[in-house]
Amino acid sequence: MSDTIKFTIDGKECTGKKGQLLVDVAAENGVYIPVLCHWKGVKPAGSCRICTVKVNNRYVTACTLPIDENCGDIENNTPELQDIRKAIVEMLFVEGNHFCPACEKSGDCDLQGLGYKYQMMVPRFPYAFERRELDAKSPKIFLEKNRCIFCKRCIRMIKDEKGRSYFAFKGRGKTLEISMDEKLAANISDELAQEAMDICPVGAILKKEVGFVNPIGKRKYDNEPIGSDIEKSQQ
Amino acid sequence: MSKPIIATASLAGCFGCHMSLLDIDERILKLIELVEFNKSPIDDIKTFTKECDIGLIEGGCCNTENIEVLKDFRKNCKILISVGECAIMGGLPAMRNGIPVKECLDEAYLDGLTVGENKEKIMPNDEELPIITDKVYPLHEIVKVDYYLPGCPPKADLLWEAVVALVTGKELDIPYELVKFD
Ligand code: SF4
Ligand code: SF4
Ligand code: SF4
Ligand code: FES
Repeated sequence: MSDTIKFTIDGKECTGKKGQLLVDVAAENGVYIPVLCHWKGVKPAGSCRICTVKVNNRYVTACTLPIDENCGDIENNTPELQDIRKAIVEMLFVEGNHFCPACEKSGDCDLQGLGYKYQMMVPRFPYAFERRELDAKSPKIFLEKNRCIFCKRCIRMIKDEKGRSYFAFKGRGKTLEISMDEKLAANISDELAQEAMDICPVGAILKKEVGFVNPIGKRKYDNEPIGSDIEKSQQ
Repeated sequence: MSKPIIATASLAGCFGCHMSLLDIDERILKLIELVEFNKSPIDDIKTFTKECDIGLIEGGCCNTENIEVLKDFRKNCKILISVGECAIMGGLPAMRNGIPVKECLDEAYLDGLTVGENKEKIMPNDEELPIITDKVYPLHEIVKVDYYLPGCPPKADLLWEAVVALVTGKELDIPYELVKFD
């Protein structure tokens, strides 16, 4: 039996291999499903819910769903799902402290990019203005906790040669925050610090001594909505 | 038919949003053909002299005077628009939110590195001065706001398109590049 799976997303025919994650297959077929916590090749966390799609009338996160024969016609860009995603973006904006005009990641930030994509003019939820600290102890990295969206990418991906994570969560619920291992972070290499900044979807991890490298107008999401590269890859 | 009337104000803002409105360049000539200005720093009219159609407000509310002006605008304008990040979410002034007001004042007048001599430890407390609020409030947390124009400042083209759409009744189709949060 062949392990090629055929299904549709919003009516568009897609093919992939059985067991592949839906979000990756979609991208290979030129369909953009937004992600914030997912990173191809890394064990999924399913923590942000922004990739929510509808499979057989049920809500599923596309980054945790291995495809099989039962996928059928998947809903992705329906007004309902777009509004759910917009609500998630708005929730993340009010939960942290996102002062975009003063943020180095502005223009290259995935959360902001989704705000643009869904034309968020104002969040529907009240701002929390929860105060969190900035950790500047590492010689290479700023950890701006006010902007963390708890995607766990840094925790899952940035490790030393012994497999120890540089980053970890501290606290629970309302007091949850991202933290950095002081001893490990004291000796983090330039390359790993850069990688940490690059994989962080927002401006929570910033490399010291460089900044505002891309001028306004040349940043990732200045002229084209997030996901355009994927949508253009297969037309 | 008389022209639609616009009023504007800067609350806890930096006037950058007003500057952006001036950035529409020569279209300002078209603008004064289209609309009439009432209370606004642009024409220096200090109090409402008639009911207005559109109120454009930059800046959030950081003190009691801001709140008074905002309520006055709500009363006198049919449509109220939050212009810019400060009006929409407090903006940079709201970076003090979460820090107790006393700590902020101590830093500004007593302990800050740039504070000169203040041996008597004087805090400005003249009764003429508006009282600082516990945090900086987005406008829509105080009065009903009808529309929002994001940006710091919102791009001149966005302000232009939005105002023209409102006064001509045209549908507003905003191009992707115009809505930015910075
Ligand atoms: S992390 Fe993104 S959303 Fe948050 S302030 Fe920076 S640019 Fe804005
Ligand atoms: S610091 Fe960045 S990468 Fe790490 S959990 Fe927060 S948002 Fe995700
Ligand atoms: S949004 Fe930006 S430009 Fe407008 S008042 Fe606030 S700081 Fe100034
Ligand atoms: S990308 Fe799927 S839950 Fe975050």
